[in-house]
Amino acid sequence: MTHEGRKKIRAMLVDDEDLARQVLREFISAHAEVEIVAECANGFEAVKFATELEPDLLFLDIQMPKLDGFEVLELIGANRAVVFVTAYDTFAIRAFEVHAVDYLLKPISADRFDAALERAKERLSGKLPSVPLPANDLAAAARPPSQYLDRIPVRNGTSVFIIPVGKLDYAEAQDDYVALVSEGRKHLKQQTISSLESALDPSRFLRIHRSYIVNLERVVKIEPYGKDSHIAVLTAGTRLPVSRSGHARLRAFLDR
Amino acid sequence: MHPILSQLRRLLLYLLGWIPLAGMLTYLLAVPGGLSWVEASSVAFILCLLYAFVCLAAWYPCLATPLDRSSLPRFLFTHVAGALVASALWLLAARVLGRMLAGLDDFHGIDARLSKDFPLLFGTGVLLYLLAVGFHYVLLAVEASREAEARVMKASVLARDAELRALKAQVNPHFLFNSLNSISALTASDAAKAREMCILLGDFLRRTLGLGEKQSIPLEEEMSLVHAFLAVEKIRYGARLQMEESVEEEALTAQVPPLLLQPLVENAVGHGIANLVEGGWIRLEAKQTNGYLSIAIENPFDPQAPQRRRNGVGLANVRQRLEARYGSNATFAATTEDGRFRVALTLPAGGKERIS
Repeated sequence: MTHEGRKKIRAMLVDDEDLARQVLREFISAHAEVEIVAECANGFEAVKFATELEPDLLFLDIQMPKLDGFEVLELIGANRAVVFVTAYDTFAIRAFEVHAVDYLLKPISADRFDAALERAKERLSGKLPSVPLPANDLAAAARPPSQYLDRIPVRNGTSVFIIPVGKLDYAEAQDDYVALVSEGRKHLKQQTISSLESALDPSRFLRIHRSYIVNLERVVKIEPYGKDSHIAVLTAGTRLPVSRSGHARLRAFLDR
Repeated sequence: MHPILSQLRRLLLYLLGWIPLAGMLTYLLAVPGGLSWVEASSVAFILCLLYAFVCLAAWYPCLATPLDRSSLPRFLFTHVAGALVASALWLLAARVLGRMLAGLDDFHGIDARLSKDFPLLFGTGVLLYLLAVGFHYVLLAVEASREAEARVMKASVLARDAELRALKAQVNPHFLFNSLNSISALTASDAAKAREMCILLGDFLRRTLGLGEKQSIPLEEEMSLVHAFLAVEKIRYGARLQMEESVEEEALTAQVPPLLLQPLVENAVGHGIANLVEGGWIRLEAKQTNGYLSIAIENPFDPQAPQRRRNGVGLANVRQRLEARYGSNATFAATTEDGRFRVALTLPAGGKERIS
């Protein structure tokens, strides 16, 4: 971080096309107060550098290798200014749902770029009220509408791991996090279990307990436990508590 | 469902057709058969009414023994056996009828007189059944031609539909937006390259323009369209996009529907190369054998890639166009193996439409 008089705005460029980054670089070069701290060509890199360098401002393409722009944002959290840069106008609504500062359409004009930068500065200086979404809601807002998740990206430090939903055994609520269990490994993600529940296909995943969502394909049997409650046994031998209402729902599924 | 039993109007017409046959049977029973006219006509009409329904059963053996696809012995055996069984049933009915009528005052002793006519009745039964077989084959032929007509109609509607949709989708606007953005980048850093890209883009667009009116073009022309497209994409993707081609000389003159391959190559770039950090090779093969053109396009892809919009629209479009234009004369298969996506198609090399 530079401290010469005024603090510079630390920006990061994320686009898989070199030429697309080149345009941004050129436009930024007209603004001495902005410094480019990293350029990334794919989603994994973007998450890594954004976590390490904590830039103030992100210029983010949407369709990229590894992770799309929304997944990147979901993993790095929303406490920074994000400007989406894409050729598609179809993502605009989702972009504003995740509180993007602006949405630039390719080909980008210098005027339009300057306006976006101005808005970003206002957001960063606190003039433009920023309502940073809690990471919990961000995951829900970043999800494509009317579509269930087919994969869940999780971040461990600066590295990213992708869990295809078919490989998710169950999810367990842990305070502000959910623990996602897949292939014998546990991955933590900052998200509420309810928002995860609404993102998963209800014909494949079921909330069996206040703290548990289970992949129905993994359920081997249900055993009674105590007076009122039950236990679900999974293929891996894991035993999960089933609440009374969860048991009714689970039965309804298994009896079909 | 039986075509005659399924409609009351047809059934009535069919039964009307049996009236002259019943008249002829009356004559046979009265003159050579020795029954009185009243007896002969009563027996003949009742038996013909019964037999009219028995003969409808000929539909099923006819359906199972199509004229053009059955051997002669099988054909003869099926229908002669059918005729013998049907006629035997008819005789049985005649016998029962004789007994019943004999109880009436006016028909006293008819059972004995009728049983003398059994050889005559049996012969007539066989002939009538065979007549019914002939009739049903005519019916089958009529149905088949009607169905074929409907299929051709449907295919031509589908073909026009698919072509229209294909033409609408011919240039993906996002390809244009992204290319313009690349040109915009190059204007500052490499003006000559920017100009080159403008020209390549113009070249590609001009080639797509004229294609709408053409039914088919030589593969060579389609390939140059693909090259123009790839030349533009190559500037965007740089070293990530590599293309390998093996197209047989002979295949270049084969006729293909315009914009057959371009959407497939666009798909290979957009859903394959674009999702890979290191990019990869797109492979295109085309060869002509026995009057058929086979083309395969292969690209690497990331099975874990984020979902993209427009996924498969280009593929579905090409599949529909092939289906509508060539019917079962063309094939289309999309397969994935070891992180590579492959589309293989075959179509008549002459560019001729389906033979209906």
